[in-house]
Amino acid sequence: MSDRPTLKGRHASVSEPRLVRWLLVAIALAFLCVSVVLPLVSVFSEALRNGVSAYIDSITDPDAISAIKLTLLVAFIAVPFNLVFGVAAAWCVSKFEFWGKSFLSTLIDLPFSVSPVISGLIYVLLYGAHGWFGPWLQAHNVHIIFATAGIVMATTFVTFPFVARELIPLMQEQGSDEEQAALSLGASGWQTFRRVTLPNIRWSLLYGVLLCNARAMGEFGAVSVVSGHIRGLTNTMPLHVEILYNEYNFVAAFSVASLLALLALVTLAVKSFLEWRHADELAAKHKH
Amino acid sequence: MFNQWEIAVHRKFIEIIKALIFTGIAIGTYAAHATPTLLNVSYDPTREFYQAYNTQFTAYWKAKTGQDISIRQSHGGSGKQARSVIDGLEADVVTLALAYDIDEIAQRSKLLPANWQTRLKFNASPYYSTIVFLVRKGNPKAIHDWNDLVKVGVQVITPNPKTSGGARWNYLAAWGYAIQQPGGSEKTAREFVSKLYKNVPVLDSGARGSTTTFVQRGIGDVLVAWENEAYLAVNQLGKNKFDIVTPTVSVLAEPAVSIVDKNVDKHKTRAAAVAYLEQLYSPQAQELIVKNYFRPQLQDVALKHQNMFPKLKLLTIDKDFGGWKRAQAVHFSDGGQFDQIYERGAH
Repeated sequence: MSDRPTLKGRHASVSEPRLVRWLLVAIALAFLCVSVVLPLVSVFSEALRNGVSAYIDSITDPDAISAIKLTLLVAFIAVPFNLVFGVAAAWCVSKFEFWGKSFLSTLIDLPFSVSPVISGLIYVLLYGAHGWFGPWLQAHNVHIIFATAGIVMATTFVTFPFVARELIPLMQEQGSDEEQAALSLGASGWQTFRRVTLPNIRWSLLYGVLLCNARAMGEFGAVSVVSGHIRGLTNTMPLHVEILYNEYNFVAAFSVASLLALLALVTLAVKSFLEWRHADELAAKHKH
Repeated sequence: MFNQWEIAVHRKFIEIIKALIFTGIAIGTYAAHATPTLLNVSYDPTREFYQAYNTQFTAYWKAKTGQDISIRQSHGGSGKQARSVIDGLEADVVTLALAYDIDEIAQRSKLLPANWQTRLKFNASPYYSTIVFLVRKGNPKAIHDWNDLVKVGVQVITPNPKTSGGARWNYLAAWGYAIQQPGGSEKTAREFVSKLYKNVPVLDSGARGSTTTFVQRGIGDVLVAWENEAYLAVNQLGKNKFDIVTPTVSVLAEPAVSIVDKNVDKHKTRAAAVAYLEQLYSPQAQELIVKNYFRPQLQDVALKHQNMFPKLKLLTIDKDFGGWKRAQAVHFSDGGQFDQIYERGAH
């Protein structure tokens, strides 16, 4: 009901002639076409250049399978980790006042502002053979750098802000009134979180997790530094794509790249589907 | 006040975190292998060769000892790979572009003795290569030797010597050619190289990048490249599109190989690692080397394929440039010859 006046207002604010509006839309579409759609199409057309069987061969190659498995494993560990800590961090920053809060907030943003290559190097400096913990790790035969653990850690670091950054503005906007009401009515902390906070943030949370997952699977720079590039062991999908491309194996490179592109498309589709399915709920929640 | 539920959740949370940490460590240590495995840390242009050689060696090892062995490969820029081994990438064998890179490992990490290069034949270099030219089919710009590269209107593709090992060889080969000419001196060499780099439209960061620029994007009249890379580009990307031109003078590039002693002792793979490198000198492996367009060290094999590899005068880093350390300091360090040349060239 309250939608009506705003809608009307919006119509009135568009006073440009129809031609200008169409022109703007056309420019936007053309730009989208050149910078997003065409590259996407080219990935798939390059991948299928030598036919479907060549495509299947390149994504079922043992090294490709191992890269896919490793990528999924890394995302499977890094994303839940960041889900838990992202929610905790956002909860902390948005619902409480404490000394050093702005510092914590900056710290959460750190992985965004640091180049991924540097993020990877930090881990090499800490856990490499000549790093701070290197000698101890070697003495105990624990492999972190140039092994799966290092790849997971670097990915977790790089993708850390995605969940927290999605949640913080929303949770700040929502304030803590509802939580306080719940607490004063006798709900426990956990109940308050599960019954009040979580339902309020679930859309942003989902969006944050999807973004986090997409980046976790697509991360190149940081992972490249800590991977060691051992074929069939520490190559993730993006690294495998680079290797194949450098070997002039363009069809295979684009085939594996197309899987990553597909993943992005599926992510988008899931998000759109959920938004469409729960449109009423969303509209009610956002009230604007 | 904590209620029962909250405590349960708290416990569960701690359990989850514990599980996550242990999974991480477990996966990290999983690198302790079941079947004996060798990790060969190599540089970029050897991918195709070692892929083939690994099959040959696993068959040989199985026949000789009855043991299965698996070989893992890691490839990248030679200097970067050496850095990784120093930082803890547990290579059993290193097969890098320059002896200098393995010297760095020996010196900085003490994982192998300083005299590693004396342990195998031919300075621990089972194959070698040189720098040649790749030109468009029919050689329309009539490029036959280095002096054709400095002509006006010839576009030369070569990577940046500050970042690429291969590019340093290209640079030194041009420099060496100029010095060898009648009346050649440091001064004429500097002028010659300076002129050459004025003809370079794109300075890629690595050798494969330059090859892609020349072959895929069709930029330039001549690509200065490793002989093996040039052959690979011709055979993989266009047999009828390119010709290989061998100049009169070039450089001898000897990639070097070694086992990494402390790592093989830790993995208990010394015998296999030593055999892996020694077998590189076997006639079968040398044939495979030729198939992948490297020049073989064994005389018999070399004679058999002499048509493929034209004779030319090969300068060596040690004799003609005073060793890698000196060449590096004089030419490629910050403010060195290349910086001076390129800065002037840019204006």
